[in-house]
Amino acid sequence: MIEAVVQYFPQLLQGFLVTLSVAVGSFVLGLIFAVVLAPAAVYGSAPVRKVIAGYVSLIRGLPELLVIFLIFYGGTVLLTGLFGVYVEVDALTAGIAALTVVSTAYLTEIVRGALVGVSSGQWEAALALGLRRPGAFRLIVLPQMMVRALPGLGNQWLVILKESALVSIIGLEELMRKSVVAAGATHKPLAFYLTAAALYVLVTGVSTLFINAYNQRLTTHLR
Amino acid sequence: MSLDLFLPAFITIKNGFVLTLIITLASFLVGQVLALPVALALSSPSRCLRLPASAYTFVIRGSPLLVQLFIVYYGLGQLEAVRESVLWPILRSPVYCAVLTIALNSAAYSAEVLAGAIRQVPKGQWEAGKALGLAKYVLLIKVVLPQIYRAVLPSIGNELILVMKGSTLASAVTVMEMTGAARVFVAKTYAPFETFLIAGAIYLLIGAAFGRVFKGLETRFAIPGR
Repeated sequence: MIEAVVQYFPQLLQGFLVTLSVAVGSFVLGLIFAVVLAPAAVYGSAPVRKVIAGYVSLIRGLPELLVIFLIFYGGTVLLTGLFGVYVEVDALTAGIAALTVVSTAYLTEIVRGALVGVSSGQWEAALALGLRRPGAFRLIVLPQMMVRALPGLGNQWLVILKESALVSIIGLEELMRKSVVAAGATHKPLAFYLTAAALYVLVTGVSTLFINAYNQRLTTHLR
Repeated sequence: MSLDLFLPAFITIKNGFVLTLIITLASFLVGQVLALPVALALSSPSRCLRLPASAYTFVIRGSPLLVQLFIVYYGLGQLEAVRESVLWPILRSPVYCAVLTIALNSAAYSAEVLAGAIRQVPKGQWEAGKALGLAKYVLLIKVVLPQIYRAVLPSIGNELILVMKGSTLASAVTVMEMTGAARVFVAKTYAPFETFLIAGAIYLLIGAAFGRVFKGLETRFAIPGR
C-alpha cells in the first residue's frame, strides 16, 4: 500500500498545488468582491441592499455542487450560444468561478457584520479629528473591522479549501481527482483517499494555527 | 432555454426528490444522536474522553466530506475484513454509505456546537442540581440538556440545511438523488439551465421548509416572557 502511494506521490502533490490555487484564487476573489459589496450592503440604497441580501440568501440555500454544475455545464451552453461557435469552459475556470460565487456571498455577510460592528462614533471621532473619509476608513475603521472579521474569514478559508474537492467531480485534476485516478490504476482506494484526507487535514491544521496566532496578535488590547 | 424541457426535467428530478429527502433526514437524525455523546466527551473533565473526541472532530472537520465519502464507499470495501463482516450489506450500498458518512460528518460539527453550549451552562446549575440530590444523569437530562438544546436550536436548524447540501455529494457515489438525476438528464438533453435551475429551486424550497419548521420549534420551546 505504501509503495503505491510513494510511487504516485509526485502526482498527488501536483494535484495538491492545484487544490491550493483553486482555494486561494476563489478566496481572494471572493474577498475582493465582498469588500466592495459589504459597504454597499450597509450604506447603499434600499434596492441595492435588497439585491445583495437576496443574493446572499440564495447562495446560502443552494448546494455548492449544484452551483458548480450550473456554471460548468451552463457556462459552456451560454458562451456557445453567445459567440455562435463551440466554446468549452474548462474545469479550472468553472471551479474557481463557482467557488467565488459561493464564497462572495458568505464573505460579504462576514465583512458586513464586521462593518456594522464598528460603532458610528468611531467614524465621527475620526472625521472630527480632521481625517478625510478614506483616511478614516483605512486608519480607524478597517483595523477594528479586521479584528471582528478575522474569525469568520479564517473559518471561510477552511470551508473553501474543503469545498474545492467538489471541483474534482467536473474533472479538474486537483488532489481529489489525482487520488481517484491513482486509486483506479492501483486498485488501492483506501490508501489514496486516506493520503488525500491527511493532506487536507494538514493544511486545515496549519491554517488554524496561523489564524489563531494572528487572532491573538490582533486582540492583544482586548485581554 | 426552451420551455418544453422544463416538464421532463421536473419529472426526472422529482424521482430523485424522495431519495434526497430520505438521505437528508436520516443522516441528520443519526448525526444528532451521535453528536450528544461526542459533545459530552468533548466537555468532560477527563482527558481520556476529551482527547479521542477532539481528535475525531479535528480530523472530520479538517477534511472534505467528499474524501470521507470515498473512504467509506470505495476505500473500506478494499479490506477483506470489512467484506466478510456483518456490516458489508450496509457498506456495499451507496445510499447507506452516504447516510453513514454524512451522519458522521454532521455529528462532528454538531458536537462542537453542543460542547460550546455545555460550557456556557453556568456552574451554579450543576451545583444546584447536586445540592438538590439529583443523580448525575437526571441532572443532565432534566437540567442541562433542556438549556443547551434551547440555546443551540438555531444552529441545529442550520446544520439540517448543511446536511441537505451535503446530500448532493451522494451523486458522486452513483446515488440518483436530485443532483444525480439532474446531471444524468443534462447529459441526455444538454439543457443545463432548465434542469439545474429546477433542481436549485426545489433545494431552496426544501431549505425554506426546514427553516419554517425550526422557527416553529424555536417559538414552541421558547421560555415565555424572555
